[in-house]
Amino acid sequence: MSSLSLHYVVPGDDFTRAGEASSDVKNKLKKLGYNSDAIRRVAIAMYEAEINMVIHAGGGEAFVEVSPQNVEIQMVDHGPGIADIEKAMQAGYSTAPDKVRSLGFGAGMGLPNIAKYSDTLKIETEVGKGTTLYMTVLANR
Amino acid sequence: MNVRDIISILEAEVISEGDLDIEVKTACGSDMMSDVLAFVKDQSVLLTGLMNPQVVRTAEMMDMHCIIFVRGKEVDPMVIQLAKQKEITILQTHYRMFTACGLLYVNGLRG
Repeated sequence: MSSLSLHYVVPGDDFTRAGEASSDVKNKLKKLGYNSDAIRRVAIAMYEAEINMVIHAGGGEAFVEVSPQNVEIQMVDHGPGIADIEKAMQAGYSTAPDKVRSLGFGAGMGLPNIAKYSDTLKIETEVGKGTTLYMTVLANR
Repeated sequence: MNVRDIISILEAEVISEGDLDIEVKTACGSDMMSDVLAFVKDQSVLLTGLMNPQVVRTAEMMDMHCIIFVRGKEVDPMVIQLAKQKEITILQTHYRMFTACGLLYVNGLRG
């Protein structure tokens, strides 16, 4: 299997388009014949991160590196940063406005879901500067 | 059961047609997409009252085959367009969420 480097810009102003990058990665992994469980974990973790970017940070960028062993995803935004990571990692804790909840998100499951479906997760964040998520999903867990 | 059985049980209208003969064994009913994404169990059917394109995206990420909009919700054209692209079946039923889930459960679909 060949390696693959992908880059996406996640637009911050259009909620209806959130998820396009994750969808494209999912299709490319399918074409590569990647393990289907790994594909689903990549798709969900990245989709939640994309939604977070649109809800909280006005969009951002996604960098994806695919190798036969794993998929490494870097999600970079220049939004408000996460003030309390410990709280943000708790299932059910949310700072999303009601408008977001009416769209079916903001249940406080975004970061917990990302942690659950990825094999490693590192979060670098600074209030007022932005957030970068580093996620890895192993091809075979 | 297959998607055709669901159409008949829920007196549903087919809004966008994917594979209607595909076998479905489990379903999930929720208006919160984050909760749907939190509990992956190979569910192939999503029942929801939420109406926006992220419902189709969520189904796509979870490899679901069929979305059922309950309470007779008018289906948004953007939802239909995305579902056609992804070959996901969209059904609309006049039943409310609780009743729709109950009818499918007693006919053999599980959570």
